[in-house]
Amino acid sequence: MNKANIRKIIVVTDEVLTEQGQKIDPPTRRAAAIAVIANPFAGRFVEDLSELMDIGEELGGLLGARAVAALGVAPAQIESYGKAALVGEDGELEHAAAILHPKLGKPLRAAVEKGAALVPSSKKRGGMGTPLDIPLGHKDAAFVRSHFDGMEVRVNDAPRANEIVVAIAVTDSGRPLPRVGGLQKHEAKGEDGLR
Amino acid sequence: MPELKIRKIVTGTEDIFHEGGPVAATPRKRGWCLAVIANPYAGRYEPDIQPFMDDLKPLGMEMAKRLIAALGVPAGEVDGYGKGIIVGGGGELEHAALWHAPGGYSMREHIPDSLAIVPSTKKVGGPGTRLDVPVTHKTASYVRSHFDALEVGIEDAPRADEMVVALVMTVGPRIHARAGGLDVSGIKLRDGQK
Repeated sequence: MNKANIRKIIVVTDEVLTEQGQKIDPPTRRAAAIAVIANPFAGRFVEDLSELMDIGEELGGLLGARAVAALGVAPAQIESYGKAALVGEDGELEHAAAILHPKLGKPLRAAVEKGAALVPSSKKRGGMGTPLDIPLGHKDAAFVRSHFDGMEVRVNDAPRANEIVVAIAVTDSGRPLPRVGGLQKHEAKGEDGLR
Repeated sequence: MPELKIRKIVTGTEDIFHEGGPVAATPRKRGWCLAVIANPYAGRYEPDIQPFMDDLKPLGMEMAKRLIAALGVPAGEVDGYGKGIIVGGGGELEHAALWHAPGGYSMREHIPDSLAIVPSTKKVGGPGTRLDVPVTHKTASYVRSHFDALEVGIEDAPRADEMVVALVMTVGPRIHARAGGLDVSGIKLRDGQK
């Protein structure tokens, strides 16, 4: 039985083959899995947000697995990740926080194997079709500079006033033409989540 | 012959469970595949543009194949489709018309029983432009339960010298279809319309 009342799930991938005339080989690839869910607390103040925390736990596993599957790679091949939530107008920003922060991370990390690093996140309130930028960072070492990125997603008919859009993005690569230095992925130890 | 240069490919799917009404036993699916390609005619008036249609054919076939795979259903279950194109600011609307044949026939090649014309839309626009791609039933355009549209777009495309070509497909009627009219069981003429 789902905890979340899910209206729809959207999965999107993008694959960059050339950039500024340079061939990208292999192509960089990103995927986002997005759920449009009912906000059980829309239109009223509720102190205890644990229901949303449980929904976050469910969606961390569900959306994490869907995003990884869309890239068609083994979980260990995922290199970066991020999460975001967009609350419809009758909800509050705290609802996004309740979904994203307490419980979503653990099942997401299981879906990508490991994940020593903080899952970067963003949140906002907005209407239907509002663009949501999901921040991306290396999953095991946050300082890997080639993997700082963001993926924009939007759903034209969501969130309605009483809904929340929850999104998880993963990649099997960094930016297309990384050349700003910093920690390289092959140098990262991936133990402390930072380097 | 102009060479086809693909910058990126974006593929998406939706599983729709409900829209405020009863939860469907089988979720409705919608999907889109977009390719960002160089416009070989950007920045000048080129009288003879038809050769590029041949270059677009393999791209259309590849996009249709990817889209059906992303939907995760046998091709025969796809029952609605549409196509569209956004031409960047360095091009003209006439370039958009090059997508009609390669976009439409690539889908009809893959999807059984696709007798109906593939509905389409086109515009000139900048990066992030949204396009509402119309959808109709693959066998009979007048099937009312399948009239729909998918909004698509890419935040960083098309650049001025690019175009975004789009294919969309759907599986099943609108999630709470109840506006009457011709339904799938009423298709008789098999003329692509009714």
